[in-house]
Amino acid sequence: MTVTTDLVPFDEAVRRYDPVIGIEVHVELGTASKMFDGAPTEFGAEPNSQVTPVSLGLPGVLPALNGKAVESAIRIGLALNCEIAELCRFARKNYFYPDVPKNFQTSQYDEPIAFDGYVELELEDGTPVRVEIERAHMEEDAGKNTHVGGAGGRIHGAEYSLVDYNRAGVPLVEIVTKPITGVGARAPEVAATYVRHLRDLFRALGVSEARMERGNVRADVNVSLRPSPDAPLGTRTETKNVNSFRSVERAVRFEIARQAAVLDSGATVVQETRHFHEDSGTTSSGRIKSDAEDYRYFPEPDLVPVAPSREWVEELRTTLPEVPAVRRRRLQQGWGFTDPEMRDVVNAGAVELIEATVEAGASPAAARKWWMGELARTAKADEVDLESLAITPAQIAELQGLVDAGRLNDKLARQVLAGVLAGEGSPEEVVTARGLEVVSDDGALETAVDAALAAQPDVVAKIRSGNLGPVGAIIGAVMKATRGQADAGRVREIVLQRVEQG
Amino acid sequence: MSEDLTRRTAAELARALAAGEVSSVEVTQAHLDRIAAVDGPVHAFLHVSDEEALATARDVDRRRAAGEDLHPLAGVPVAVKDVVVTEGTPTTAGSRILQGWVPPYDATLVSRLKAARLPILGKTNMDEFAMGSSTEHSAYGDTHNPWDLTRIPGGSGGGSAAAVGAYEAPLAIGTDTGGSIRQPAAVTGTVGVKPTYGSVSRYGLIALASSLDQAGPVTRSVLDAALLHELIGGHDPRDATSLPEPVPPLVAAARQGLTGDLSGVRIGVVTELNGEGYQPGVRARFDEALDVLRGAGAQVTEVSCPHFGYALAAYYLILPSEASSNLAKFDGMRFGLRVVPQDGPPTAERVMAATRGAGFGDEVKRRIILGTYALSAGYYDAYYGSAQKVRTLIQRDFAAAFDQVDVLVSPTTPTTAFKLGEKLDDPLAMYLNDVATIPANLAGVPGLSVPSGLSDDGLPVGFQVLAPARADDRVYRVGAALEALLEASWGGPLLARAPELTTEGSAR
Amino acid sequence: MSTISREEVARLAGLARIDLTETELTRLAGELDVIVESVARVQEVATADVPATSHPIPMTNVFRADVVEAPLSVAQALSGAPEAQDGRFAVPQILGEDA
Repeated sequence: MTVTTDLVPFDEAVRRYDPVIGIEVHVELGTASKMFDGAPTEFGAEPNSQVTPVSLGLPGVLPALNGKAVESAIRIGLALNCEIAELCRFARKNYFYPDVPKNFQTSQYDEPIAFDGYVELELEDGTPVRVEIERAHMEEDAGKNTHVGGAGGRIHGAEYSLVDYNRAGVPLVEIVTKPITGVGARAPEVAATYVRHLRDLFRALGVSEARMERGNVRADVNVSLRPSPDAPLGTRTETKNVNSFRSVERAVRFEIARQAAVLDSGATVVQETRHFHEDSGTTSSGRIKSDAEDYRYFPEPDLVPVAPSREWVEELRTTLPEVPAVRRRRLQQGWGFTDPEMRDVVNAGAVELIEATVEAGASPAAARKWWMGELARTAKADEVDLESLAITPAQIAELQGLVDAGRLNDKLARQVLAGVLAGEGSPEEVVTARGLEVVSDDGALETAVDAALAAQPDVVAKIRSGNLGPVGAIIGAVMKATRGQADAGRVREIVLQRVEQG
Repeated sequence: MSEDLTRRTAAELARALAAGEVSSVEVTQAHLDRIAAVDGPVHAFLHVSDEEALATARDVDRRRAAGEDLHPLAGVPVAVKDVVVTEGTPTTAGSRILQGWVPPYDATLVSRLKAARLPILGKTNMDEFAMGSSTEHSAYGDTHNPWDLTRIPGGSGGGSAAAVGAYEAPLAIGTDTGGSIRQPAAVTGTVGVKPTYGSVSRYGLIALASSLDQAGPVTRSVLDAALLHELIGGHDPRDATSLPEPVPPLVAAARQGLTGDLSGVRIGVVTELNGEGYQPGVRARFDEALDVLRGAGAQVTEVSCPHFGYALAAYYLILPSEASSNLAKFDGMRFGLRVVPQDGPPTAERVMAATRGAGFGDEVKRRIILGTYALSAGYYDAYYGSAQKVRTLIQRDFAAAFDQVDVLVSPTTPTTAFKLGEKLDDPLAMYLNDVATIPANLAGVPGLSVPSGLSDDGLPVGFQVLAPARADDRVYRVGAALEALLEASWGGPLLARAPELTTEGSAR
Repeated sequence: MSTISREEVARLAGLARIDLTETELTRLAGELDVIVESVARVQEVATADVPATSHPIPMTNVFRADVVEAPLSVAQALSGAPEAQDGRFAVPQILGEDA
């Protein structure tokens, strides 16, 4: 499908139009069982092996609400500084789609469990942004369609689909922002920062593993443009299921550029759902949102209202983790990082990793060196998140311990790291298996130094005459002879000793 | 006690089984034989589970012989309305769209029947998805009233009532959304109880209207109903609307009622559920029953429930609305019928529409469209929203009435059984059959129908007793008292006056 | 006055995903008109001061513990499927576009 879209360069678009964004984030809660039945929620299980009659929506079934999911929803609401409803109900959102087993989604409509909140973000350069939260409500996830036949499995060309209902009924909390205004050219960055902030929050709360690549956290981004900040809101588009921070940023950027071109041409933006394409960073038209979309919401008669007591809410409030910004300041102080250092750590998503590495015994500086150095380069090369690397903070601490004990030098440590990343085991195991330990036996080093000096008799004279330049060449030769396993400092000492003695 | 095992009540059979006078196999076989003999013309059953029923019966007999502690009703056969999901046994809800569907699970009430070891004789006929008052809306043919095979057995649970009335089963399960247990009981001269909403688990009942549906017993005596209700009732964590507290002692209440003493019981006659629109013979039997109750020591007064006049209208908004959503799952994707349109691309959307167009009958389509309308944008407040307010008003009427009296009473139905086909083309006239039974569903209160005699046309009339929510014991006490006193005056059960059925189906 | 036109019935049937024949459309329009006129009388007493009742018996906070129960086997799950393939439900193509 090649549809060429007219675009106005982003910088020009945001100069002439005021972008307004809104973000809906769905988070799958990490409960053991589903929202309304006892089916397990294991990821990646055999298709249709995680279903009960309820998850399949068979005739006669009824929902039974998972109390843990309600608790998680309330905690999310509190963490977003929301009011928690005194009484709220579930509602049925009626629409026919094969991955929705009952042909209605049990959701919340005009009575969300949490509403009127806000979060405070910090952009990369430290600029604070406050995002107002409209509501957070509970609902259930749908199954998964796999499109078979047709052109490349796309919906449009599919001849038929195969449906797996394992995901159907997994508890979701949907968080909806109020329109985010006044951020101008930084709209894409604000959107991505907001989604990352929520991801971190879900993890800190322990309500979800919040793994973007598994679709635990999914964002729909709404974008509209208006000629000026005092003009009424323009027509918005909703780009669905944007599933990485980078994609969120790109989707907003693209929509701003696209809508600017539409408006420039004198046309109007169509209110519609759009799809984001990872490969090209573009969006394309999906369903047109029209009045024909009539979900016929009504209160779910099979579930009774949820009326969280104020005592329960306050009790849950005491279980909230530290506010991320406060926590970051505390950690930065403890670690002694400069502002730019800390910002880089935050932007790299390495706060928790460094924290765990320090907890496992490494110094903050060493932990930062590893995660922001060698490991960041590896992650970038592999195009994965730091946390997806096959190494744990405990292993980094162990590796650093070997360095601190003088058993590894930097070069060897990097080799050991490569071994761990390659799945060869713990640092200690890699050291043993690869025979990578620093040669600390002076006898062996002296032999190697002697051999190197003998091979280059003229350098001894140069050194003796006060020219220390060639010492490096001798050290290099020794390192080569010991396959890098020598401690360079010690080799230098021995070389100087020998020359003196010679 | 009758020699014919099929003529005995469940309580009598339970006693004989416990005493070792008969075996469950004998009892079960007698009912299977009766089904084979008369169900051709009656057509109460959609599916007969001979083998499974006999297997259960043999198992019960073996356990009893081994001295095991068994439930009092163990070995007494039961018939189950086809709207109730039964693992391994076809379940259609009277609809073509579910033809051949064999569920992979049991409704909670079925699990309880099985745990108590009642042989399940089979599944009974009903109006499609319980929408109707005559069982003429079944996709699998009409059920006929055992009193007169040219007449309706009531609905939607005409199959369960006819099965019990024709001695094909001593016990049956019904469901009541607006009268589907009580109205068939009334027109077949049997007993039916709609428990308090939440008294019996709805898990495994194919939902019609979730906030109105309730399963209950269909029997030939009030005591039998109490025995069955106690067995299937009680809290179920799979049903969020299931009452947390235990079912009150119903069998004890029925036994108390059977003494015929109602001293001190305050009975209110609902002004709005009597008079105009009620057949003279129905009113006459109702008035006579009131005299009997007075004679038993009850204080009878008249009580007005001014908003009951709006109940039918509210009901025909709430029910279709909830049903339109509950029935959305029947789409040919995961189970049941799938119809692929002959012309054009077979998209999911078109296959769903074709399947539902072919799989649903007229009444189901009518109500789904009506419910879709009532819920759709722009109409919600005027229709569904207003109906939910009327519901509040009806609850208030009940609350005010129960401040003055212990139970409320009315004729169960305005008329006796009408002819098959008579009201099929007039939905509104059909809906009026439930005018007296609907308020109980809207308010969630329990209701019982017990025979109160024959109308001028020689057909049974039902007497309805309503009690406050959670006070189901009251309807059993009053119902049993009326039953005992009337049967004493008749010299036996009303059903004994029904014509004999022959295999040819002609009434004697 | 007719409140439910034939076109309205067709729109509702589309929302409810039910194919109706021309005859059915015409008949239903007539019937629903009568029914809606009759049930509309709920508006006479449904004044603003009356709260709505969605559940007949008032209850709140009915929760299930977050405990896993045995799921159906894949064979059981698919037992009623009109069509299945690779352990999944086979359903027709999702949108109306030609392949």
